[in-house]
Amino acid sequence: MGAAYKTDLPVMMAPKAPEREPILPHLRAWHIVPLVALCLLASPLAFAAEHDIRQPSLSVLVTWAPLLMKGFIFNLVISVSAMAVGTFAGAILGLGQLSPSAPIRKVAWLITQFFRNAPWLVLLFFAMFLLPFQISFFGLSIPLPDWFKAIIGLSLPVMANVSEIVRGAVNSLPSGQWEAANSLAFSRRQTMWLIILPQCVKRMLPPWMNLYSILTMATVLASIVGVNEVMTLTGQALASEGGRPDLLAPFYGFVLLLFFIYCYPIARYTVRLEKKFAVIG
Amino acid sequence: MSWTPADPMVSIRDVHKSFGDLEVLKGVSLDVMKGDVICIIGPSGSGKSTLIRCVNALNDIQSGSILVEGLEVNDPKLDKLKLRKRVGMVFQQYNLFPHKTALQNVMMAPVRVLKQDKAAAEESARALIKKVRLEGKENSYPGELSGGQQQRVAIARSLAMKPDVMLFDEVTAALDPETVGEVLQTIKDLAEDGMTCILVTHEMGFAREVADRIYFTDGGVIVEQGPPATFFKEAKDPRTKEFLSQIL
Ligand SMILES: Nc1ncnc2c1ncn2[C@@H]1O[C@H](COP(=O)(O)OP(=O)(O)O)[C@@H](O)[C@H]1O
Ligand SMILES: [Mg+2]
Repeated sequence: MGAAYKTDLPVMMAPKAPEREPILPHLRAWHIVPLVALCLLASPLAFAAEHDIRQPSLSVLVTWAPLLMKGFIFNLVISVSAMAVGTFAGAILGLGQLSPSAPIRKVAWLITQFFRNAPWLVLLFFAMFLLPFQISFFGLSIPLPDWFKAIIGLSLPVMANVSEIVRGAVNSLPSGQWEAANSLAFSRRQTMWLIILPQCVKRMLPPWMNLYSILTMATVLASIVGVNEVMTLTGQALASEGGRPDLLAPFYGFVLLLFFIYCYPIARYTVRLEKKFAVIG
Repeated sequence: MSWTPADPMVSIRDVHKSFGDLEVLKGVSLDVMKGDVICIIGPSGSGKSTLIRCVNALNDIQSGSILVEGLEVNDPKLDKLKLRKRVGMVFQQYNLFPHKTALQNVMMAPVRVLKQDKAAAEESARALIKKVRLEGKENSYPGELSGGQQQRVAIARSLAMKPDVMLFDEVTAALDPETVGEVLQTIKDLAEDGMTCILVTHEMGFAREVADRIYFTDGGVIVEQGPPATFFKEAKDPRTKEFLSQIL
């Protein structure tokens, strides 16, 4: 970004340089403090009156935090993997929707529409129960763990959405680009790969990042099918603490905070890219 | 019956073209000899763009024949790439590739389509950029160039394919008035070098100066034609007269 960095917040356009580097765009380190405080203290306050000898809820959370963060890392691994698989499959499907061959176009369209208009949770169950728990490969049995099936399940809606992103970006280019390429005797394939798609990458980036944010937040669905991600672990931690109600808010607040810290910068950066590309065109 | 240089370079015969129910070309015929410069003028919507886009098969036609150096454009088995290597086209909106520099825009088709050696293609591309008077702009992106400069890059890009015929579709219509002259000068240079050109234009002064013949189209037919000297003075058809009175 460097010198080209622009902000939409007037307060940040003051001539003086910021004293400290912001940790996140538009969100400074100290902002986290009230946020955390709010999440973590809200519930314990209600129980403060009731004096007891139990460990204070915050220190319970501190004990469990490393495990919860490990679970969260697993969510990120699932999100990155599902995004990678979904993007790859979706790019192929999207190109299929743009194929000169009508049957390929129709099949690609149908698959896209089917997976785009299905609830993510249902797709996840679909993958969980339809994929075998192991596959045989040249007599070798490879087990398919639940987390692997979850990645496949979540990559299905990603695939369908990426397919639409690709199709939309290609169709949004002015037809003059195709005509100029045609008149220079480029083949259809060359036109696509040398002229159209390179220009589309820029247009696809913001919706693709948006999709990634949504996917990351949807990884908690994997807890419903028994994957040991952050929500599952939080539930287990709460259970092993004897289901203390005063722990619910701090624990789930902590999980919310983890997602917020990860997803918010992506959202900000997406907005910034959108603005930048809107100017350059 | 093979084509010889004595035959018309482009021969358009009784071409009919419709978009759905809308008949845009209703039997157009014209011949263009090698080295000819012809201008097509006429009111907006009269089918000028459609006509020249048929010549390089950007539009297909319903009936009639278009021969480009003996190659039948209205043939389902036509090798479009072969045709388009012979016919260059410049558009009103330039249509440069915005992710490529001026030099890359000019070099790309020779390298990728004609499979020219990269160094040789770059050398000719630089020479062409010089020819259109844009030396020093080789590494500029289209977004960094003025309309007139972009249009001259577009002309150079088209010339890099060494076409036998050039099509120009109102190439100065989108330009700022002060850059129109430089683009017209570039086309004039080309015409003087003997390039066969088919131009759609509203620049009457320019048409008078460079055209060997002027064609006036209205409602999908050629209403009147002739060399500039007689065309402007002795237009007979009332539609031509009215058009000229409005535009001159
Ligand atoms: N791709 C298209 N689809 C439908 N109608 C078109 C298309 N291109 C041009 N037309 C119509 O054909 C007519 C002639 O257009 P055009 O050849 O662009 O005229 P001109 O260049 O003389 O202004 C217009 O009525 C226009 O709306
Ligand atoms: Mg036109």
